[in-house]
Amino acid sequence: MFNLIIRRLLQAIPTLWVVATATFLLLRLAPGGPFDDEKPLPPEIKEKIEAHYGLDLPLHEQYFEFLGNILQGDLGPSYKYPGWDVQEIIIQAFPVSLELGLWGLLIALSVGIPIGTIAAIKHNTPTETGLMGIATIGICLPSFVVGPILLLFFSLHLDWFNPLGWTFATDRVLPAITLGLLYAASIARLARSGMLDVLQDDYIRTARAKGLAEKTVIIRHALRTALNPVVAYLGPAAAGLISGSFVVETIFFIPGLGPFFVNAALNRDYTMVMGTVLFYATLIILFNLIVDLIQMWMNPRSRHD
Amino acid sequence: MTKQEREKAALEATSLGRDAWEHIKRNRMAQIGGVLFITITLMCWIGPWLSSYSLNQQDLAYGAQSPSAQHWFGTDDLGRDLFVRILIGGRISIGVGFAATFIALVIGVIYGSIAGYVGGKVEDLMMRFVDAVYALPFTMIVIILTVTFDKKSIILIFMAIGAVEWLTMARIVRGQTRALRKLNFIDAAKVYGASHFRILIRHILPNCLGPIIVFTTLMIPSVILLESVLSFLGLGVQPPMSSWGVLINEGAKKIDIYPWQLIFPALFFSITLFALNFIGDGLRDALDPKETK
Repeated sequence: MFNLIIRRLLQAIPTLWVVATATFLLLRLAPGGPFDDEKPLPPEIKEKIEAHYGLDLPLHEQYFEFLGNILQGDLGPSYKYPGWDVQEIIIQAFPVSLELGLWGLLIALSVGIPIGTIAAIKHNTPTETGLMGIATIGICLPSFVVGPILLLFFSLHLDWFNPLGWTFATDRVLPAITLGLLYAASIARLARSGMLDVLQDDYIRTARAKGLAEKTVIIRHALRTALNPVVAYLGPAAAGLISGSFVVETIFFIPGLGPFFVNAALNRDYTMVMGTVLFYATLIILFNLIVDLIQMWMNPRSRHD
Repeated sequence: MTKQEREKAALEATSLGRDAWEHIKRNRMAQIGGVLFITITLMCWIGPWLSSYSLNQQDLAYGAQSPSAQHWFGTDDLGRDLFVRILIGGRISIGVGFAATFIALVIGVIYGSIAGYVGGKVEDLMMRFVDAVYALPFTMIVIILTVTFDKKSIILIFMAIGAVEWLTMARIVRGQTRALRKLNFIDAAKVYGASHFRILIRHILPNCLGPIIVFTTLMIPSVILLESVLSFLGLGVQPPMSSWGVLINEGAKKIDIYPWQLIFPALFFSITLFALNFIGDGLRDALDPKETK
């Protein structure tokens, strides 16, 4: 296990380098620069600003300086939020995104797993057809459709929640549901097929033959193995939750990192885009590692790979 | 077994298409999905010709109108007929879905089959690269790609999406190719003097067809979704051009005043995704031997 962690962390270095280089090149290929506004700056002022940020240097010098700064943990100043470092913006905004993501994940798991499990137990009954039908509908309702509809119904018509913002505890409810629903549907499908496979295994028959109650068989014996596909899915799901949170944060005007990233990309805020991309890439690599460790803990068979 | 019987059995065993068709005939949801999808596609391509309104034609006298006999789905705040805008938006969304999927299909199949067929260090390196890119949030890469190029061009949007979506396809094809590479009939083809290219095209790829078709069908809805997310964030198709993502975005902003502006595009969008997912699930049951139980 220790080897796996070391190996993965070493693999992460070339991955992050590829990500950094590709992002750098793509951004510089993009037409326009951070200081090309609709109302053009006087050329001498623009030159001064660009010289201040080192944007007048040859491209390869900028690249090495950028890599060097990152290695020292310095993501540089934001071009569009003067006076702010990219780190400061991330530290400010990311906890909000993280909280939203965790609530979304919690909803996805706590809705998806029971639905999938029940569907598998009631295999070949109308209950299964109904639950899986709901799950398929859920997959076809992306957050930018669900979000505004929830907003309209629960905030504007029933007035249960604030329509926008992230101040009160209740402000978390609608965004988290919006974000989690799509993944709940996918998780329900995975949990169902995992459970169906496991229920045919010999050790489940043994457990039943011992005379255990069906509930004990499912919860104590079957679930742990059945959830393997779900745990494996959490890696890609985390990447999806991050992208999904861009949309949800836009809909509900939540001050997370998503809108910062989209705006930074649109405004050619080079340092901000690079900083956010590298930050998320690191995060996802770490998360995938954690998912693999959980999988090893849950399924001893995968330890020999 | 008589000769005739044997021939008949061989015929039935080889016909992937017929086998799949038999499955689909028994799968009610896949049929409904197929009919829905064909209906929506036909509506999108033929509908705008029959309508008396055009994409940007304005009826400014009244501004945004609720659904009526003249404007079935109402109009947007600029007085443009929403029905026509949804249908034309559908052309873009479905068109981008298919075009981007096609790009991903071509890249993924070529990359995956070469990696799986060559094997060894080259395969390791190629798949390591896929793993590296796979670790990133797709939307982020696509967002960077769309701003890199002139974002107003639809062609570049689906190239960007295609350039990211091929990864899974490459993994699937590579897995299949690896499994096939060691089989006897490939050795037989080599003994026969077939070139590597011929072995890949004539012997390996036809045997991967099932998973490729299934995955392609399931990729189309996810690409349509990605295009809509981009347009929703203002990075994809640009107004006044219409796409489902653009319309849903415009509708979502005014949902409290003009709810039909969100509900109708969302309905078309969701039904299309729903239909495509059911077709994909049906094909998976029909074509993937592992899934049949």
